[in-house]
Amino acid sequence: MAVVDYQAPQSIEDAIGILQKTDIKSKVMAGGTDLIIQTKSQTADPVRVVDLKHIDGMMSYTLDDGGMSLGPAMSCAEFTTLDDVKAVYPGLSESAYLIGSTQVQGRASIGGNLCNASPAADTIPALIANGAQCVIEGNNGERVVAVEDFVTGVAQNCMASDELLKQITIPRPAPGSSDAYLRFIPRTEMDIAVAGAGVSVTLDSSGKCTAARVAIGAVAVTALLVREAAEALIGTAVDEQALDAAAAAASAAAKPITDRRGTAEYRTHVVGVLVKRAAKIAAERARGVK
Amino acid sequence: MSEAKKFNFIGQRTIRPDGHDKVTGKANYAADLALPGMIWGKILRSPHAHAKILKLDTSKAEAMLGVMSVATFDDLPSVSNEAIQSGEGAIDSLDLGRNVLARDKVLYHGHAIAAIAAKTEAIAEKALELIDVEYEVLTPVLDLHEAMKADAPLLHEDMFTQGYPEQPEKPSNIAARHELKMGDVEAGFAEADVIVERDFVTPTVHQGYIEPHACTVSYNTEGQSMVWCSTQGHFDVRASTAKLLAMPLGNLKVIASEIGGGFGGKTTVYLEPIALILSRKSGRPVKMMMDRDEVFRASGPASAARLTVKVGGKKDGTITAMQTSIAYEAGAFKGSPAMIGGMTAFTPYNCANVYCETFDVVVNKPKVAAYRAPGAPQAEFGAEMAVSELAEKLGIDPVDLRLQNAAKEGTQTVYGPKLKAVGLVECLEAAKNSPHYKTELKEGEGRGIASGFWFNIGGQSSVTINMNPDGTGTIVEGSPDIGGSRASMQMMAAEELGIPLNDLKPIIGDTESIPYNQSTGGSRTTFATGMAVIEAAQDVVQQLKERAASLWNVTPDQVEWRDGSAINTAGEGQMTCAEICAKCEKTGGQISGTGNVNARGAGPSFAVHVCDTKVDMETGKVDVIRYTAIQDAGKAIHPSYVEGQFQGGAAQGIGWALNEEYVYNDDGVMENAGFLDYRIPLASDLPMIDTIIVEVPNNFHPYGVRGVGESGIIPPLAAVGYAVGDAIGANVSELPCSPPRVLKLIQEKG
Amino acid sequence: MTKVHVTTSINGDETEFLCEPHDTLLDVLRNDLSLTGTKEGCGSGDCGACSVTLNGRLVCSCLVLGVEAEGAEVGTIEGVGEADNLNVIQEKFLEHAALQCGICTPGLIVSTQALLAENPSPTEEEARYYLAGNLCRCTGYDKIIRAVMDSAETMRGEG
Repeated sequence: MAVVDYQAPQSIEDAIGILQKTDIKSKVMAGGTDLIIQTKSQTADPVRVVDLKHIDGMMSYTLDDGGMSLGPAMSCAEFTTLDDVKAVYPGLSESAYLIGSTQVQGRASIGGNLCNASPAADTIPALIANGAQCVIEGNNGERVVAVEDFVTGVAQNCMASDELLKQITIPRPAPGSSDAYLRFIPRTEMDIAVAGAGVSVTLDSSGKCTAARVAIGAVAVTALLVREAAEALIGTAVDEQALDAAAAAASAAAKPITDRRGTAEYRTHVVGVLVKRAAKIAAERARGVK
Repeated sequence: MSEAKKFNFIGQRTIRPDGHDKVTGKANYAADLALPGMIWGKILRSPHAHAKILKLDTSKAEAMLGVMSVATFDDLPSVSNEAIQSGEGAIDSLDLGRNVLARDKVLYHGHAIAAIAAKTEAIAEKALELIDVEYEVLTPVLDLHEAMKADAPLLHEDMFTQGYPEQPEKPSNIAARHELKMGDVEAGFAEADVIVERDFVTPTVHQGYIEPHACTVSYNTEGQSMVWCSTQGHFDVRASTAKLLAMPLGNLKVIASEIGGGFGGKTTVYLEPIALILSRKSGRPVKMMMDRDEVFRASGPASAARLTVKVGGKKDGTITAMQTSIAYEAGAFKGSPAMIGGMTAFTPYNCANVYCETFDVVVNKPKVAAYRAPGAPQAEFGAEMAVSELAEKLGIDPVDLRLQNAAKEGTQTVYGPKLKAVGLVECLEAAKNSPHYKTELKEGEGRGIASGFWFNIGGQSSVTINMNPDGTGTIVEGSPDIGGSRASMQMMAAEELGIPLNDLKPIIGDTESIPYNQSTGGSRTTFATGMAVIEAAQDVVQQLKERAASLWNVTPDQVEWRDGSAINTAGEGQMTCAEICAKCEKTGGQISGTGNVNARGAGPSFAVHVCDTKVDMETGKVDVIRYTAIQDAGKAIHPSYVEGQFQGGAAQGIGWALNEEYVYNDDGVMENAGFLDYRIPLASDLPMIDTIIVEVPNNFHPYGVRGVGESGIIPPLAAVGYAVGDAIGANVSELPCSPPRVLKLIQEKG
Repeated sequence: MTKVHVTTSINGDETEFLCEPHDTLLDVLRNDLSLTGTKEGCGSGDCGACSVTLNGRLVCSCLVLGVEAEGAEVGTIEGVGEADNLNVIQEKFLEHAALQCGICTPGLIVSTQALLAENPSPTEEEARYYLAGNLCRCTGYDKIIRAVMDSAETMRGEG
């Protein structure tokens, strides 16, 4: 892609109006940290960049008893300073904090991470674990799609070319719930996840797990919600045995490839290790939550 | 000599004279120069790792609006073959020409085929698409073992292995074989109680300088053409470029910009000859920059290697025999540092029986260039891993085993000379007594120690010190400053002159303004250029004394120079440098000192590193938790920059050992040509790197200096590799110790 | 291709420029505004040599479009310290020899300034992780981190 035009609409309607133009392809941009790299070559198809950062609501959030409604273009740097969000969704906050360097954090957004739909995107397993939903706006109005259904393939999402992601909504976790996100990378920072695991658990007053969601990333064409891994935790005290079973279920569900970042066997093994560790952290947090 | 000498400046941690410009963004690097009328050059690169070029048609590109000129191999005049100085070695000019622009064959993915200069970068890039190339794709040769087979596809039909008593009948991909030996290894192994024999594999790695190659050039038909570029050796750039373009040396002025890292990788040319052709044909200055992708694919990484090592020792700790066979990947053209590997592998040891056989092998990858002690890290990795394993099997502490067999003054090397005074023993003792080594390991931690040897070189440096009437002076030297060396030049001159440090300003002159200077590399700068600085400063002192003498009407030998002033020992009188300089016109004219050296007697620098690691046994991830780098500097002129060389070398070696490698697909295309997936160490990956400077003076330098730039990259490969093996209880044989490899070793161990 | 007119503020100076939609802020700073202190090391946000602040936030200028500077405040290395006076961070980098070739230094200084504005008392680990996006190949980071910690201490009035 080569950027030949730049537009910064002030409203969603204006944005959708631009997306409907058929002269050249339009690409929506939030932080731009994926898009600008993709548009580096001058020799490819011309593209119009539609910058969403000037639209009300795209960069802000609300958090109340019903849950969180997040503007998809808010920078991760800003998102990870929100203490109230961190207290309710520590794992999601962690996942946003892991995207790239401090500089990339200054621009990258959860919405962009989600829409770019890399199989290794860090926030997607954490969003899925929290039951997040995508509020999509298009010419035909609004529709809501669960995150696990939003991403449809490698770098593909379910939106039409004249639709955009307006909000990400996340239900308020039930009392006794918490989440965690872990990823594996060869260095300590910067790398694309070789495997990722987002886990949310709900514990009752006796410490028994009454609900769980386990999502794994970088081990299939999209992040996967692994029901079997959650079932391995539900009804247990999230002890060693349950954790091992959840890990095994996650490894069994993984369908990774071998590439420059890891072999299939390696990813299959490590995603199990991460699910176990993330589930343990989520449970520890849940025990501390009133 | 330097033992009794008390220094005023040497050994201080002064502020570097170019520091202000570096911390404010004012310093000008290769891509920072813009000239009026400047246009932009871009290169068309081969999409195939191995192919014949059947057709190359640039006419459509030339016709595009905004395109000003085009260059292909046909624009390089036909010149005779010659070895051109390039860094610490030499390069064949025919090979260099064909690497700069492919002739009838492309030999690696990314190989330059043609170039366009246009009014904007965007136009130049678009125009590249209009160049019509037809290829006959050939099978790429990507693996050392495959390349060495008798029936392997050939990169060069005229390559016959050099180094055998009789030239082989058939061509092959083995450019050369080298053999170095002394004593009788068979007898040595027969004597041994324990023998360790291992195979090792090391990957292709890149120097990883953060500044990509770039140049701005302006061709001048009548007089001097100008090249501004990032280089470790602007005289080498002049020689290479002038040779390839059949220009007289005097018609080419090369200015060395500030350089954003080199480590050996900027001792040759890639862009400059092409940019000059584009400039000549368009009549405009041309700027060319490699992007990061091009740097990885098409500059000069360091050789991958496959090695077999065998060492034998007796129960009493005597090492009786040491043997190695190493094949080095040269990339597309001959010239890996294979021979040097053989020279360095076992040099830290006083062993009578040594045999080293090395091979220089071409493969369809970019032509390798030097990288900090070229050839030694690979060879000494194998040697040090084997020696550490031998120590373990003999039940002897690995430092003690090395001490017992340490090379010292008088030790015979396998490559010929006997070592003069060296500091390996002192480094080993410092390691043994270090707080690090004395700290016991905790559960799950592993430790590795390793030695490293590098010869260091001397060579030609030329320095002039021009004194101004106000007593300040300019040190005009010719060593592009890649690590802060000009601070040391300033200190050495101030030491001799006795005037305030900041009264002396070091600058690096261009090829037009100064005599020939060999490139910055080989750890030669503080040693050889330092020697030239000292000589020039002593020349200035002599002249100052003579001028003072004439003013006092005494003879020069009656004048003493002390603390920056002339003292009349035959009567009354003291004059400062500034006072004498103020009168220079009356006493004979400008005062200017020269030092021209072809320095001999560079002292080797031995290094010993200690590394502790911790491994996550479920994922194979390695953390370096503690690191100490010990090295002999002879005399540390500026301790901070000496420590900086130790730490920088350690960091690069740690990267080489842990995560850095070129990943190729079956078509010979590099899959990780960027800093995202070519993983150099980050600030969060490393602990503080403790340093110990050992000083065993090199008596061939007035202050005892030994170069330190290179040895520091050698020990980390085995220090880390062995520490990982120690932590997991398995033998590491392949670098890098990336998590999947380490996990596999853990799982195979059971 | 139509150039876009942009009005922005660079280091407190109101500035205008024309640029193509595809130009990055890095391209504009270096080529159109002759502010070459910000360096290009990779063009893909992996090395941090092009670090600048955008409305107070640390970003890679190679991942920001030039047109996005409209109405924004950009901070570059040229705005650090004063014309004739280095600031504490610059002084400490020199004192600790936290640079060898110097190509990463402008990016590191801009990043360090952003770090200490956000967190005046970072631990060594916090400093290392914050600066993980600034690659240095020469120093092994040891002296850089020492300079950063010393700068923090001095700026807190404790040095």
